[in-house]
Amino acid sequence: MPKAPAGTIYRGREGMWSWVAHRVTGIGIFFFLLVHIVDTALVRVSPESYNEVIATYKTTIVGLMEVLLVAAIVFHAFNGLRIILVDFWSKGPRYQRQMLAGVGILWLVLMVPFLVRHLSHVFGG
Amino acid sequence: MTTTTIAAPRSPRRLRGRTNTELYAWLFMRVSGVFLIVLVFGHLFVNLMVGEGINALDFAFVAGKWADPLWQVWDLLMLWLAMIHGTNGLRTVINDYAERDQVRMWLKMLLYVAAAFTIILGTLVIFTFDPCPAEAAAELLPSFCPGA
Ligand code: HEM
Repeated sequence: MPKAPAGTIYRGREGMWSWVAHRVTGIGIFFFLLVHIVDTALVRVSPESYNEVIATYKTTIVGLMEVLLVAAIVFHAFNGLRIILVDFWSKGPRYQRQMLAGVGILWLVLMVPFLVRHLSHVFGG
Repeated sequence: MTTTTIAAPRSPRRLRGRTNTELYAWLFMRVSGVFLIVLVFGHLFVNLMVGEGINALDFAFVAGKWADPLWQVWDLLMLWLAMIHGTNGLRTVINDYAERDQVRMWLKMLLYVAAAFTIILGTLVIFTFDPCPAEAAAELLPSFCPGA
């Protein structure tokens, strides 16, 4: 396999960075999902053990990690839609930059109400 | 004299033993992605935004959801699609960065074993779930259980 010289940057700019962000969020979500399936499986052990593990989800630290997780999922989802449009919509490649701006706007539109609601649950008890 | 055989120009790729697996994997990422937007956003909305959000999550909450076949099917679909989508995504990442054949092969084996384990575990949990286990404390159970 040919080896790329270390530290190269593929063209840079929004095309490369959105790809990096899509990859990083996808990997992060995957590893959370592995843990999340196993912790949910505790419903099959006993109500007590499930409630015990889900209590950690309600702590402040984990509550803030959930903000990161949701932020990653919302970006990955909308940017995934952008990738699909680039691939299948005839004008997709031409408007990929504008669509990335759209991803950012939709991300904000969802994240602001989510933050207000979730943080009031995390800090308001 | 050694002879080198060169394939006739424009011979169909299939003749050289190629398959369309990568095309189907590429297509699956896009089709599953569209379904996952609905499934994952619905999941996050119902579990984190509605009512008391994260604070309402406990055994009774899950039991209440899975009493409804809609949520059983929802979670089952989400489990399979997200795990296969994520596993295929990670396969791509491993293929990109693990350059040594042995390392690449073992990383993918580990990935597939972990994926198969979690998919089977999650599926069994959804299908064998008992919302009213007899030995459990009544106050932890959903309101529709006999003793609760
Ligand atoms: C919520 C809706 C989602 C959408 C619309 C979506 C969409 C996509 C798309 C279109 C790709 C492109 C693959 C390519 O370039 O060929 C992709 C890659 C990927 N996705 Fe998702 N996805 C979603 C959810 C998820 C979830 C839940 C996970 C984790 C379990 C995940 C993990 C990944 C990974 C690891 C990759 C590979 C990234 C790469 O190759 O750089 N995605 N996604």
